[in-house]
Amino acid sequence: MNDPIDRLMQAANAHPGLVHRGRRLDTTFLLESGTAAALVQIRAGRVESVRKGPFVMPGWDFALRAEAEEWARFWLPVPPPGHHDLLAMIKRRALRLEGDVKPFMTHLFYFKALLASVRPDVSLSAIAPLPCDPEPAR
Amino acid sequence: MNARFEPVTGRYLNLDIGGRAHRLYVEEAGQGIPLVCLHTAGSDTRQWRGLLNEPRILERFRVIAFDMPWHGKSSPPTGWQDETYRLTSKAYADLVLTVCEALELDRPVAIGCSIGGRIVLQLALDHPDRFRALIGLQSGAHVDPYYDLDWLNRPDAHGGETCAAIVSGLVSPTAPDEGRWETLWHYMQGGPGVFKGDLYFYKVDGDIRNEIERIDTTACPLYLLSGEYDYSCTPDETRDVARRVKGAEVTIMPGLGHFPMSEDPQRFISHLLPVLDRISGKPA
Repeated sequence: MNDPIDRLMQAANAHPGLVHRGRRLDTTFLLESGTAAALVQIRAGRVESVRKGPFVMPGWDFALRAEAEEWARFWLPVPPPGHHDLLAMIKRRALRLEGDVKPFMTHLFYFKALLASVRPDVSLSAIAPLPCDPEPAR
Repeated sequence: MNARFEPVTGRYLNLDIGGRAHRLYVEEAGQGIPLVCLHTAGSDTRQWRGLLNEPRILERFRVIAFDMPWHGKSSPPTGWQDETYRLTSKAYADLVLTVCEALELDRPVAIGCSIGGRIVLQLALDHPDRFRALIGLQSGAHVDPYYDLDWLNRPDAHGGETCAAIVSGLVSPTAPDEGRWETLWHYMQGGPGVFKGDLYFYKVDGDIRNEIERIDTTACPLYLLSGEYDYSCTPDETRDVARRVKGAEVTIMPGLGHFPMSEDPQRFISHLLPVLDRISGKPA
């Protein structure tokens, strides 16, 4: 199946700068696309798991809910105006952010890049500053 | 070595604004008709670097840009540590008029973006006699809230990162990386609470939806230019202003967002030059 959500874990974890940006982040969020939903678990900036619904009593910190067509446009290589950014979608009331928004708002660059990471041929460095940890690996 | 100075001069202007002493950072370049440039909320004069370096503008216009108090290299007034910064319509209009007076500018052109685009409308309403022409970028009479402004200034969130991430999508996805990240760097450098304080004007105090019909473009021409990727002030909102202000001229700019002069200066200047030709009376 060609569901971008299936590519999320690999696309995100393949980018060391994105993982580094999320190094203080531990959260689980619900990503809803129309009637489909997925729970995305993040630990220290890495996507640990993406579990697809339907769920009985899902637990999450915050939810991002939009129609499937909205996500489809957001994931175009060059999305049209109003579809190109999570806050642009929120402004149009096409995307709803619910729950404990603190992990999302304190890591806004992270989540903009994470959700865009499954766009075809995306350059994440056009979406968030993503330098890697300059400390040499031990 | 290929080191070179730009034609831009930066100086500090000491003056009273609203009865308080201020030290204001002012940049200028070129000669001719004064063109006063007003930066966006939470940013500074560096947004205008493209205009300040454009020979086709500098040969006819004296381009002047200043950092608003609390922004860029203009410090807050003495005592700031016990105050909450909050920009009002009156204070903003007074600031622009005071600076123009201090610099002894004879009926300058004013160009402003976002909050600057809003105050340009306010100046068109209340002080058309003071300006040769007014240019509003990303000008709307009002903006709907779409996030909790509290996130712009919280002790438990990094203000610079948050402010920049909130506005990052306002830059066109087609903008060059250099312009995008220069623009967002300015947001990362703003003082705590300054962007939020500016937005009090933008989202609350400066709502002029019920007044803009009174703008008289025969007293002072009004030009509106908006980038298509802006979702804060959308092209439709700019068109709405143009529809309600008789004689206002509107240009929608493809491939540009909320910070046209900074995110992609050359693309923006190609839209601005015809407007400046009109103002300076240069034959097309």
